[in-house]
Amino acid sequence: MTSQTTRPASRWERFRDSYLLYSFKRDLIAQVSLLAFILLVTAAVLAPWLAPMDPYDLAQIDILASELPPLWIDGSDPTYLMGTDAQGRDLLSTILYGARVSLIIGFGAVAMQATLGVCFGLLAGYMGGRVDAFLMRLADIQLSFSTLMVAIIVGALFKAIFGGATFSTYAVPLLVLIIGLAEWPQYARTVRASVLAEKGKEYVDAARVMGLSSRRIMFRHILPNTLSPIFVISTVQVANAIISEAALSFLGLGMPETQPSLGSLIKSGFDYLQSGSWWITLIPGLVLVILVLVINLLGDWLRDVLNPRLYKG
Amino acid sequence: MSLLDVNHLDVRFALRGGDVQALRDVCFSLDRGERLGIVGESGAGKSVAAFSLLNLIAKPGYIAGGSIRFDDQELIGVSDRQLRKIRGHRMSMIFQDPMMTLNPVLTIGEQMVECLKAHRRITTRQARTISLKRLQQVQIPSPEARLDQYPHELSGGMRQRVIIAVALLLDPDIIIADEPTTALDVTIQAEIMALLLELCETHNVGLILITHDLGVVSQVTQRMLVMYAGRVIEQGPTREIINDPQHPYTQGLINALPQMATPGERLNQIPGSMPSLSKLPSGCAFHPRCGFVQRSDGTDRQACREEVPAFVTSGNCQAACHMVAEMIDSERIPAQEQE
Repeated sequence: MTSQTTRPASRWERFRDSYLLYSFKRDLIAQVSLLAFILLVTAAVLAPWLAPMDPYDLAQIDILASELPPLWIDGSDPTYLMGTDAQGRDLLSTILYGARVSLIIGFGAVAMQATLGVCFGLLAGYMGGRVDAFLMRLADIQLSFSTLMVAIIVGALFKAIFGGATFSTYAVPLLVLIIGLAEWPQYARTVRASVLAEKGKEYVDAARVMGLSSRRIMFRHILPNTLSPIFVISTVQVANAIISEAALSFLGLGMPETQPSLGSLIKSGFDYLQSGSWWITLIPGLVLVILVLVINLLGDWLRDVLNPRLYKG
Repeated sequence: MSLLDVNHLDVRFALRGGDVQALRDVCFSLDRGERLGIVGESGAGKSVAAFSLLNLIAKPGYIAGGSIRFDDQELIGVSDRQLRKIRGHRMSMIFQDPMMTLNPVLTIGEQMVECLKAHRRITTRQARTISLKRLQQVQIPSPEARLDQYPHELSGGMRQRVIIAVALLLDPDIIIADEPTTALDVTIQAEIMALLLELCETHNVGLILITHDLGVVSQVTQRMLVMYAGRVIEQGPTREIINDPQHPYTQGLINALPQMATPGERLNQIPGSMPSLSKLPSGCAFHPRCGFVQRSDGTDRQACREEVPAFVTSGNCQAACHMVAEMIDSERIPAQEQE
């Protein structure tokens, strides 16, 4: 036992004793949110194996089975648990695949935003002076365009120049790029503010005295100290990016009907809402709302944990 | 040729109301393995002097003139890349507050390994071995465990030991210690100072100790500088300055020590406070607080108000004071007359 006391705590032991886990165990909302989030993500990731049919495979689609209601309503077909959409695709499968597309775009766009924003924010905060002024004005200009407007212009231009077919092929990377480029200033501003606070601390002086290069000081010493706000805005931004993608798809500038995301599913069902086929819009809409809600709830919880000075109400 | 030669160093801060001179005409030198103390009140320019040695003065400060020669290499005007090779490697620094100088999100080991790898081409394993050896040298209990601990898991005294270990990591020639014990408990202060002294002696490392604790200076250093308002006003062997201070300011500092006071009476303080660097008095910056502007016969020494005093040598010490200069002159003249 005595020889055990000086042994450094392993990563697992640190995690087990951490405040993060402690507060998680006491927060029912966080637990339910995480559970729902994990379920949704696993279902989306495992879509090709879980889904009863492949909505991208035209051979499996039966146009005669279109607009079938979900199982619990009269006139349903037991093969289609949640009914079918206007083209006869199984709605459950389409939602699983659609959630996958939405999540890929959401996380991809946030990775892009974070990379750009963190680099620019670090540079602006650490270098100061002209670099700072230039990057922050750039961010201001970027923020004065709304995300949707930028996306609409870029998407429309791309469609006009390369045609709808090319657009369909590159829709996912293009949406990641558009949403990523439109929202980097959120990160840049947050990171810059934290860097300004950290830069004055003595450990930065100490790192300079050790003879470390500016790049090392920025990425290895200052960046880890600014991670908690980055985590917190990341959760909000993932939710935002998913919503942006859904909005773009709803406007017809996002994912094409052949590889639907949650947004384009909602849109495709919208035309049939009047004719009574509400499920084509409502069920994907519900999934979208739940997905965004649990991400935001997790973000809220994370913010409260990582920033103990900020108490709710 | 000394290891470090600082000549006529002039450091300014560009502020809105114009430049403020933080250091004026600062000259000193340090031999290999020598221990030098820099003392003075807060704001006298001690820390600025230390930072300027590594050319790390934060904006709006800048070095306006003078030279810093280290091992026959001029450090002023050298590129940042060149300076980085010296920082941490040949000259390292210990800061005042051990709570703040270690990065809170990196383990002790990570920080030490990083410092080693920035200067030497070695593997992480080798770097960890060296780090462990240094931690053992600073007498930290269970050093292996410390490598994987975060700074907040250590006490203040242990952190300062870690910082000393980091400063020693690359076998530097000079360690600059900027008030290394001010933030520590009194009982730990003595331990840390003794450790620093011992390590400097065994590794033959030069030490520049910045402090306002004359007791520490007298125990640790061989030579000392006294600074006032950005200027060196007295320098020489520590023992001689402590026993027989020449400059009225140094005399005042030593008289202000609690040991010098009569029990039951107030401590002897120097009247007034240090002038702002942007509004320095004419002549000797100390004259408004100095009790020796009037000669013993009641006449005023006009030079104190008008001329900046030059260094005069008295024994092994040098002091920048008109009164001392006059005393030396008056001693010399009767001696010549007798011949």
